[in-house]
Amino acid sequence: MNKLVHTRLAEIISKHESDILKEWLENQRAETRFGASLEANVQEQSREFLALLKDAVHQGGADIMTTEWTDVRAMLTNLSKKRVQQGFTPSQTAMFIFSLKQPLFEHLRMELGQDSEALAHETWMATLLLDKLGLCTAEAYQKTREEVIGRQQQEMLELSTPVVKLWQGILALPLIGTLDSQRTQVVMESLLQQVVDTGSDIAIIDITGVPIVDTLVAQHLLKTVAAARLMGADCIISGIRPQIAQTIVHLGVALGDVITKATLADAFAVALKRRGLAVQAIKA
Amino acid sequence: MEKIPILKIGDFLLVTIQVDMHDRLALALQDDLAARIVVSGARGVLIDISALEIVDSFIGRMLGNIAAISSILDAATVVVGMRPAVAITLVELGISLNRVRTALNVEKGLELLRRILEPQEYHYQ
Repeated sequence: MNKLVHTRLAEIISKHESDILKEWLENQRAETRFGASLEANVQEQSREFLALLKDAVHQGGADIMTTEWTDVRAMLTNLSKKRVQQGFTPSQTAMFIFSLKQPLFEHLRMELGQDSEALAHETWMATLLLDKLGLCTAEAYQKTREEVIGRQQQEMLELSTPVVKLWQGILALPLIGTLDSQRTQVVMESLLQQVVDTGSDIAIIDITGVPIVDTLVAQHLLKTVAAARLMGADCIISGIRPQIAQTIVHLGVALGDVITKATLADAFAVALKRRGLAVQAIKA
Repeated sequence: MEKIPILKIGDFLLVTIQVDMHDRLALALQDDLAARIVVSGARGVLIDISALEIVDSFIGRMLGNIAAISSILDAATVVVGMRPAVAITLVELGISLNRVRTALNVEKGLELLRRILEPQEYHYQ
């Protein structure tokens, strides 16, 4: 019974393929308003999808997880990925599938108009099928987005922890972005390694680029300071913005005996003084 | 039984930990060092842990204890040459050795000891 009904669906699609395609494209144009540049692209995709759908329904029935549907699923995943890159919204991406409903149902009605039971059944099956395919695009869209986010996180982790040598024995660590446990670990490791490599005894941690300092971030900072101290390097925390200073006090975070300075310049001056150096103007 | 040597250099004692510390060895070192400080009248102790790769909370606490014992016996203690991994481990264990002085290597540690002890000696002379 099931098989038979779907054979009819495939049959109806192949019979009216060009009409369905035309109406579908019109629907898509109305819904998504993509520019003229994507017109050809969308046409090609729609034609390909309809052909694949026809074959899959013909061979595989209603379960889209079977091997007969592999091609359709691959095509949808591919399409969703492309649309992520082209800046489509999730609903616009899913609309690719959902806008097919109207023309498809229209033709089902035309074919099966007299037999209301068969029509209801066919419509229901087609709805189920298209909903599943729609969810499939949404899932692929989401997955692609997550991949992008994951890659960006990794990149940020890599490029945001430079340790710079300001002077003989003085290191600076300009922190940019939020400090979480994972980043603290990376920051700590690279700072300590640099302390060993350069034989520095003063490290300036500049938090100008850290947007929020809460108790957790403060704890991470203090951990880094403690670890550096264990290796014989004193830390100065600089770049504390007025709001951050207020937050620290309001939260009751105890920074202990860590030296804090408003700007990197102040911290550098302290560091130079500790090393018995001074910056002097050259007299003309 | 293996033993950690304690070398006397002028007014200072130098302890170089070259083997992995186990608990009994650590306790023996604590005893030996306290005795040597008293006998030699040393003013400063340098503990070089640059060869130490593994620390646990016990060894961490022991370093703190040695510093406390030395300071009661009026000898300043400087722990030198801690590896980055060891420092991170100690911090993660919550042992920040607040009362222990640290330096990057033996040379800097000696310099630090001289700087700490200088004013006092000056005072006595």
